[in-house]
Amino acid sequence: MALLEASSLVAGYDETEVLHGVSVSIESGEIVTIIGPNGSGKSTLLKTLMGLLRPKSGSVRFNGEELVGVPPEKIVRKGLCYVPQTANIFPTMTIKENLEMGGFLRRDDLETRIEEVYSLFPDLTSRRKERASRLSGGQRQMLALARALMLDPVLLLLDEPTAGLAPNMVASVLDRVTSINATGVAVLLVEQNAREALKRSARGYVLAAGQNRLDANGQDLLDNPEVTRLYLGG
Amino acid sequence: MTKLANITQQIERRLPFQWNAAHTVLAVAILVLALAFASVIKLELVVNGLFLGLIVALGAIGMTLVYGILRFAHVAQGDFMTFGAYISFFLLGTLFPKIGMDSTGLGPFTFGYPLLIAIPITAAALVCLAVLLDVAVYRRLRRRGVNLVVLAMASLGIAIALRGLVQLIWGGGTEQLPRVSKYFYQLPMDVRIPPDNIFIGAVSLTLVVALYLFLTRSKMGKAMRATADNPELARVSGINTEHVIWWTWAIGAALAATAGVLLAVFQAQLFPIMGWRFLLPLFGAVVLGGVGNPYGALVGALTIGVASEVSTEWINPTYKPAVAFGIMILVLLIRPRGIFGVRD
Repeated sequence: MALLEASSLVAGYDETEVLHGVSVSIESGEIVTIIGPNGSGKSTLLKTLMGLLRPKSGSVRFNGEELVGVPPEKIVRKGLCYVPQTANIFPTMTIKENLEMGGFLRRDDLETRIEEVYSLFPDLTSRRKERASRLSGGQRQMLALARALMLDPVLLLLDEPTAGLAPNMVASVLDRVTSINATGVAVLLVEQNAREALKRSARGYVLAAGQNRLDANGQDLLDNPEVTRLYLGG
Repeated sequence: MTKLANITQQIERRLPFQWNAAHTVLAVAILVLALAFASVIKLELVVNGLFLGLIVALGAIGMTLVYGILRFAHVAQGDFMTFGAYISFFLLGTLFPKIGMDSTGLGPFTFGYPLLIAIPITAAALVCLAVLLDVAVYRRLRRRGVNLVVLAMASLGIAIALRGLVQLIWGGGTEQLPRVSKYFYQLPMDVRIPPDNIFIGAVSLTLVVALYLFLTRSKMGKAMRATADNPELARVSGINTEHVIWWTWAIGAALAATAGVLLAVFQAQLFPIMGWRFLLPLFGAVVLGGVGNPYGALVGALTIGVASEVSTEWINPTYKPAVAFGIMILVLLIRPRGIFGVRD
């Protein structure tokens, strides 16, 4: 049984339907990348999986449990954590407070987990008392990842963690994703830097206009001439 | 206008250091001191303005917290204050005397110990009212996904309804909490302070410090700040934002209730439009401090309190609210985000 199985999702905002029947599945411990042009529904898909949008039809099963209709604050309890593309930190709060909020649902071992997460992101350690809004773009993404790790997720949903970063930071953030994955966390990654992301992924999906276009393992997608032409820039 | 904003920006850029909130506090402190010296003959006005400012602060902090979380101007905040004052009036004037609690003139103060019991009861009553109103009105509107202007209009409706209720029950006249006259403290430089003001200041400061500790130390307080920062991220972190909203209403209402009772003590009378009239200073303080920022609201409230008291030296006290409004407009022109507002 797949860890997360979303089938035939139809969802969107108010009047506009963005997803017209999208299906994805993720197995425990793998990295799956979703690529696709702007407006193809990648972010909408993640928001729907996380319960921020309610699908008109379709189902989302996580460990066999139906998630449609469950509010996001309950979904995180099940081990699904989400990093939005923008506005993914609490800017007026300190680094440490951001992590505390990430671990809001933890009861007793909050401090221990904060130290563990600091050890994964050493850059943040020295700045724990600083306001998050003072961080640079790359460090902000690191903090966003760190916040989402506070609950020991089983599956991490990442919406373009490298958006707007300098090229050298892109690899560094994606390497961090790979090392998070190495600890057993499954990752569903939406990425614009398709080549870098697919290299690190077990499998990939191509979305176009709110529908599944292709799915294959990462290397096959990289070798696919159509994918190369349309999404990998030649 | 943009020219003015440009000039302030240029000044900020040329400063040899990074301008931050601490410098602003200093600048405001200097401004207040300058005002004090300007009216050195009437230092009294400055001192009593600070006490008035502390009452404004309680109402304004509640308002700015509600704005931070719910994103609309809570127009009924002033009438929450009125309602609070009248609940205390009922307790102190009608209910407590029946059970023998009718003492006045505790120590140097005009009121008696029953006021100390009435304040928490009043606060609790308004907390219940605020949460009930959320469940009955605001939550329904939120779930329907209405425009924020509709929420503000709903709070205007509640403001008018509350005032009507007060007039229906207690009539439209001016009332007094049970009190006896007391001598003012005579301080050097011709400063006379009603002893009640010391009590008012102490209660306000205690609540402000308690709120600061709540927001920075407690889990729910931090969750409130997180929700104000980024409600969606708060939800996906596992924070139940509906609970946060209730806490916000509860704190805002408790502060408004206390402010209302303190205002009735401060001006030695209560009347049905006392809170509504107070709305202008509240808005002024909130805007001055940067909308949504509780510490800003405190500094804004003290500034407004001092400015409007000091202004009575030169202009007719009837125009006191106009002073608050004038300061608000001036701030909006020079620094639209308020003193502590964050640059986007």
